[in-house]
Amino acid sequence: MLLKHTTDQVRERKALTVNPAKTCQPVGAMYAALGVHGCLPHSHGSQGCCSYHRSALTRHYKEPVMAATSSFTEGASVFGGQANLLTAVDNIFGIYEPEIIAVHSTCLSETIGDDLGQIVAKARDDGRIPEGRHVIQASTPSYVGSHVTGYANMLEAFAKYFAEKSGDKIKQINLLSGWVEPSDMRELKRITELMKVKSVLLPDTSDVLDTPMVGKYEMYPKGGTTIPEMVSMGDSMKTVGLGTWGTEKAAKVLDNKCKVSYDITDLPIGLKATDRFIQALATAGKVSIPESIADERGRLVDAITDMHQYLYGKRVAVYGDPDNILPLVEFLLDMDMKPVYTVSGTPGKAFTKKMEALVGERCPEAKYKNGPQADMFLMHQWIKEEPVDLIIGNTYGKYIARDENIPFVRMGFPIIDRIGHSYFPTVGYLGGLRIVEKILSGIMDKIDATAPEESFELVM
Amino acid sequence: MVKKKDYTNGLPDPSQLKEEILKKYPRKVAKKRDKGMIINEPGKEQEILANVRTVPGIITQRGCTYAGCKGVVLGPTRDIINLVHGPIGCSFYAWLTRRNQTRVPEGGDNFITYSFSTDMQDENIVFGGETKLKEAIREAYEMFNPKSIGIFSTCPVGLIGDDVHAVSREMKAELGINIFGFSCEGYRGVSQSAGHHIANNGVFKNVVGNNDRPREGKFQVNLLGEYNIGGDAFEIEALFEEAGISLLSTFSGNSTIESMEYSHTADLNMVMCHRSINYIAEMMEEKYGIPWIKVSFVGAESTVKSMKKIAEYFGDAELTAKVDEICEREMAKVKAVVAEVRPAVEGKLAMMFVGGSRAHHYQDLFKELGINVVSAGYEFAHRDDYEGREVIPNIKIDADTRNIEDLVVSKDEELFRDDLATKKSELEKAGYKFSDYVGMMPEMSKNALVIDDVNHWETEKLIEFYKPDVFCAGIKEKYVVQKYGVPLKQLHSYDYGGPYTAFDGAINFYKEMQRMLATNIWKLVDTPWKNEPEIVGSMTIDA
Repeated sequence: MLLKHTTDQVRERKALTVNPAKTCQPVGAMYAALGVHGCLPHSHGSQGCCSYHRSALTRHYKEPVMAATSSFTEGASVFGGQANLLTAVDNIFGIYEPEIIAVHSTCLSETIGDDLGQIVAKARDDGRIPEGRHVIQASTPSYVGSHVTGYANMLEAFAKYFAEKSGDKIKQINLLSGWVEPSDMRELKRITELMKVKSVLLPDTSDVLDTPMVGKYEMYPKGGTTIPEMVSMGDSMKTVGLGTWGTEKAAKVLDNKCKVSYDITDLPIGLKATDRFIQALATAGKVSIPESIADERGRLVDAITDMHQYLYGKRVAVYGDPDNILPLVEFLLDMDMKPVYTVSGTPGKAFTKKMEALVGERCPEAKYKNGPQADMFLMHQWIKEEPVDLIIGNTYGKYIARDENIPFVRMGFPIIDRIGHSYFPTVGYLGGLRIVEKILSGIMDKIDATAPEESFELVM
Repeated sequence: MVKKKDYTNGLPDPSQLKEEILKKYPRKVAKKRDKGMIINEPGKEQEILANVRTVPGIITQRGCTYAGCKGVVLGPTRDIINLVHGPIGCSFYAWLTRRNQTRVPEGGDNFITYSFSTDMQDENIVFGGETKLKEAIREAYEMFNPKSIGIFSTCPVGLIGDDVHAVSREMKAELGINIFGFSCEGYRGVSQSAGHHIANNGVFKNVVGNNDRPREGKFQVNLLGEYNIGGDAFEIEALFEEAGISLLSTFSGNSTIESMEYSHTADLNMVMCHRSINYIAEMMEEKYGIPWIKVSFVGAESTVKSMKKIAEYFGDAELTAKVDEICEREMAKVKAVVAEVRPAVEGKLAMMFVGGSRAHHYQDLFKELGINVVSAGYEFAHRDDYEGREVIPNIKIDADTRNIEDLVVSKDEELFRDDLATKKSELEKAGYKFSDYVGMMPEMSKNALVIDDVNHWETEKLIEFYKPDVFCAGIKEKYVVQKYGVPLKQLHSYDYGGPYTAFDGAINFYKEMQRMLATNIWKLVDTPWKNEPEIVGSMTIDA
């Protein structure tokens, strides 16, 4: 047994987190910054964080992930890291020539109270930021929230720094994409194009974290939201944010700063969340919904009806980030599956309310928890109490899946032992089809592997 | 792209490359980096600048003290709960990401698959985290019943003044198991290296010597600085077992805390990774009189040399005969594979930038295949790893490292092994080398470019200049280098392969080089229409 010490004796814990269903803020900020063209993320802290975050993203994407660090020493940790950041700004612009340096903080710089805004202002006053180049900053203390919070904070920083209201409205909408894969970003753009809605997608990691192999390395790949695009966001007709945790802060800033009103809708994962997204796009863009979109939807419904017998009543354990798993739970319910256990390490009161509304009548036996101590250890204990038919979550679930012999679908961050997530979307109706396919493969492979020979089926 | 250099008369002089690299740097940075890059000249005393603070913004590959302490040294020990005191990230990122394998006997504990954290929140930063830490220790004790718990401090812990050592003492008294803390905050020192030192001190103070079990059997040794990545230690264990050498304890691949507790009853310490564990080797000799030798089981020839050196130390005819028999048998297998692989890879160029020891060790494997190492360096090694231990008295400890405790160890009057000290001095008279590490530079070719703490910019220039056939480094470099069409072999994680130690490991590695250097896909990078004339005009079907 890989997790031999996990028993079904659930003990109330107040202090110990075991096998977390989250990680810390800065990696989210780094990911968001990579979705901006010509941007180099910068970690203001000791260099270990930066190396860990780059490694985590690299393992997930099998792609280069660049970021610089202030490389704090003990001296800087006592007297403040201003000199380190100023030196870093000089070196980065001198050596690596990005258009933007996007600085985030760590628990170190936050605890000592470094004021990123003041240091960046000093860099500007000292003339360290070359003409036409930018340094932006987001405070991302690791002891608050999770990696999702870090993503939201960096997204907010981009919106705050770049968006400008010129007074001339542009017939476009701002689409704040939430923490999804490059494949999902690409799919979001395809859908808006199908809908004929002009949009600015922020951030956009497609063509950044899924670059082709052509025999040369580009430090700043062609993808990413550009500066002019971000500037124009202040003149857009509307903002559509996908997911409260990831995008609401940025949407609010755009409203406050540039009076662009916003709608927050769920990440379009599964059937009904995609329905709402499509309708939100149609409303915001004042367009009608093309038949091709309805056809895609119909194909997803068709697949579910065709294979419903394998899905019905199946008990599922789900863990991950709230914006991503809430619509997923809804989707499972819509397929008549039972999301009996749901955990997210990311705190936020809205989680319980939303889960309550989702599972209330449809799966009254469901257990769910988020925040500190809502970890994969707890979820595993629940599984030990009463098993499930399927686990959905990031790579770390493979240990539980193997111990308990449960089919396992990889979704979320990080997925470090398979490919696919960067290339095939899980958002939209097409993404829904991929989710259904993965779930069915998991469940049906187990049927094939365990069915008695006399009832081993050719056609399923 | 630069054309390949001619290597028939040895390695080219990289002065021009070095100049180009330095040209891009601000003056102060250039001055510093100049000293961190040495154009190797064996036989000449050359001093490299190493183990100094990282230049901010330079895009280093280095990690932190916590990684060196928890991630490297204590991470591989299966039956200790490593509780990380800090926000969640540090614990999350060190969760199963280093491939220290462990083989758990029936009924044995194994906590390596778990990640334990106090998951500090903002109120713990404001009001202190000691209460939460104590409660977390109690919870871990009740739920997992471990024999011992290690507490690892992360960046904010030192800053807010949580005293993990006091908490450990208190909880040790309360729960009656061994609990000890490490002040391995990420900002200490300048790299992972400080974490090694802190871990060595902590393990030596709190674990080594706790169990004076009676000595039994012959040829009792410890293997220090072998972390069983991809099963490396398993290979070495099997070799020892066949030879009749009893391996008491490994620091710390495939290890238990219990084995470390009686490690001081060994007759000999062998050091694999000099950087991470030489402190314990030195301290064990001072306190218990156990001599240490440098060994390497990376490379078939090195394995033979190391095995013979152990046999020579014990001076036992039966052991010597057994070692000779094993080496002869295994070398025959190794040579057969070398004969097959070598013609395909001979003369190729490799470079390697790895942590604090592999950039040296792996050169032996490349030599066996006839592959030239044109450039190499470490992330966090010290001058002695580059230049050899004889420079240690001349190393200046700078401000960034001064606060890393140097334990003062004195002779244990009761347990000190006078017999081993005598044996050592007799063998030394006969020319046997103890406590000796020659370092990487003396064993590299003339004109090889040795670079400490290589950064992204330097990596780009190196590829452009040398056009290497294989680049050895880590996960952060891997996909950058491969976009250039240069295969990268990860020498931290082994790209999820291995083992690469001892004889079978060497064979694995040769075959891996054969695979990587012959891969078809690199030839398919260019589109087939790249050199075709472009079709222009209105020749579309509709037109």
